[in-house]
Amino acid sequence: MKLVAVSAGLSTPSSTRLLADRLADAVRDELAGQGHTAEVEVIELRALAVAIANNLVTGFPPPQLAGAIEAVTSADGLVTVTPVFSASYSGLFKSFFDLIDPGALTGKPVLIGATGGTPRHSLVLDHALRPLFTYLRTAVLSTGVYAASEDWGSGSDAHTDGLPARIRRAGREMASILADRAARPAPKDDPTSSRKKLSDLRFD
Amino acid sequence: MQFGIFSVGDVTPDPTTGRTPTERERIKAMVAIALKAEEAGLDVFATGEHHNPPFVPSSPTTMLGYIAAKTEKLTLSTSTTLITTNDPVKIAEDFAMLQHLADGRVDLMMGRGNTGPVYPWFGQDIREGINLALEHYALLHRLWREDVIDWEGTFRTPLQGFTSTPRPLDGVAPFVWHGSIRSPEIAELAAYFGDGFFHNNIFWPADHTKQMVELYRTRFAHHGHGTPEQAIVGLGGQVFMRRNSQEAVREFRPYFDNAPVYGHGPSLEDFTDQTPLTVGSPQQVIEKTLSFRDYAGDYQRQLFLMDHAGLPLKTVLEQIDLLGEEVVPVLRKEFAIGRPADVPEAPTHESLLASAQETTPEGVATA
Repeated sequence: MKLVAVSAGLSTPSSTRLLADRLADAVRDELAGQGHTAEVEVIELRALAVAIANNLVTGFPPPQLAGAIEAVTSADGLVTVTPVFSASYSGLFKSFFDLIDPGALTGKPVLIGATGGTPRHSLVLDHALRPLFTYLRTAVLSTGVYAASEDWGSGSDAHTDGLPARIRRAGREMASILADRAARPAPKDDPTSSRKKLSDLRFD
Repeated sequence: MQFGIFSVGDVTPDPTTGRTPTERERIKAMVAIALKAEEAGLDVFATGEHHNPPFVPSSPTTMLGYIAAKTEKLTLSTSTTLITTNDPVKIAEDFAMLQHLADGRVDLMMGRGNTGPVYPWFGQDIREGINLALEHYALLHRLWREDVIDWEGTFRTPLQGFTSTPRPLDGVAPFVWHGSIRSPEIAELAAYFGDGFFHNNIFWPADHTKQMVELYRTRFAHHGHGTPEQAIVGLGGQVFMRRNSQEAVREFRPYFDNAPVYGHGPSLEDFTDQTPLTVGSPQQVIEKTLSFRDYAGDYQRQLFLMDHAGLPLKTVLEQIDLLGEEVVPVLRKEFAIGRPADVPEAPTHESLLASAQETTPEGVATA
């Protein structure tokens, strides 16, 4: 199965990318433990920033962006991670999802993540990312992972898990959904597929 | 194969001078462009229809009637006529009138229009856009073919015992193209009626155009109008030429960079790679245009957008001269090579009249 991680981190190295990698690895390792092979592709939106802006202007994606949209819409599951900018997801992160046909992600399992300088923004997962992916009719996992700068250098305490444990819990949840889906029979050939492809093209 | 010009009719400042033409200048420029198209040996002039600034052509048959009086051969068309917000009865009347005045040199292209507020300004709802197009066109189709009609629908007041006048010239309805960039339903509508399908591909990558044209061709055959290869396809094109290609790029770049649709977005180089836009020598325009056939098949009508983004009239007229002298003669020759004999030309009034007479034996009264 195929897992795509979308990272909207801007710096190199980026803690957003780091969280995306850790989450994707957790899902893959958990699946491997259950005997499933998952291929992971990471999409760095930074590299697509100009293409995303051009698509907003022209209405169609340049080739490299079209490839990324195809990867996201055809994935079995998504990990989406954004830095917190001005109390929400970054504009780049939102612009990318603005370019995806509203119906193209229906039912897809999505594991949301966010990074920030302070733990005070952790609810961004629930007031910004979750409504976005609910609007897109995805199956957003109840567990999301927020990593503040300090989380990368602290452990668990008596009351909360540390970052690695939270990542593992999210990975387990995602893996169990993907494994369940893989166990179901594949749908038959869809005679409307050519029409569907046309409507997947993004226009208005 | 037909070659021509289509105009959006935008009033755009010339980015190199900052000067904006007046509406009068722009309207007269569109007429001058049409007359130049005929002089340069092109076949078609098509005007857009808009009901909001910064566009001037709200009244296409008025403009086309004037051009008809000043031309001899040019086919007068639209790009597009709004089938959603216009009353189909008025479209039937206006274009039948134009047919008589222009001695049959008339066809038209149906379009929905994508400017949200135009719908409520004309008493319609954009969410019903597709349904409006389907119902209005089905009515228009009957108005030109049945002398007296009884009709009831959802979007307009019923008609009982109604006759649209004047009747179409020689009893032959103008040929209709359906313009669509992205709606499979419109490709289906064109295929169902056996009408033409115009894909305005100028802002779109080839793979998208290919999908839409293939869909139309498949459905055209499904509805029994011929083979997929016999479907009537039109495409757009957008070019800027100078004999020296570097000079073309240098001169066009400020217009590209500030163009209303794609300006301030992708680079000219990326956009020419990804869409039909060609900025270069006449030879480059020839090569790019010939490549359309690779993904759209043998087609019937090629229209070029020449007069947008604030280009001065003088430049546009030079472009049309280049098109007529150096590009279109080669395209006519090259497109004819390898074109199967059973792929039809675009229907004209004469060809439609001839096929109507074939199917109606002499001496049988039809009206």
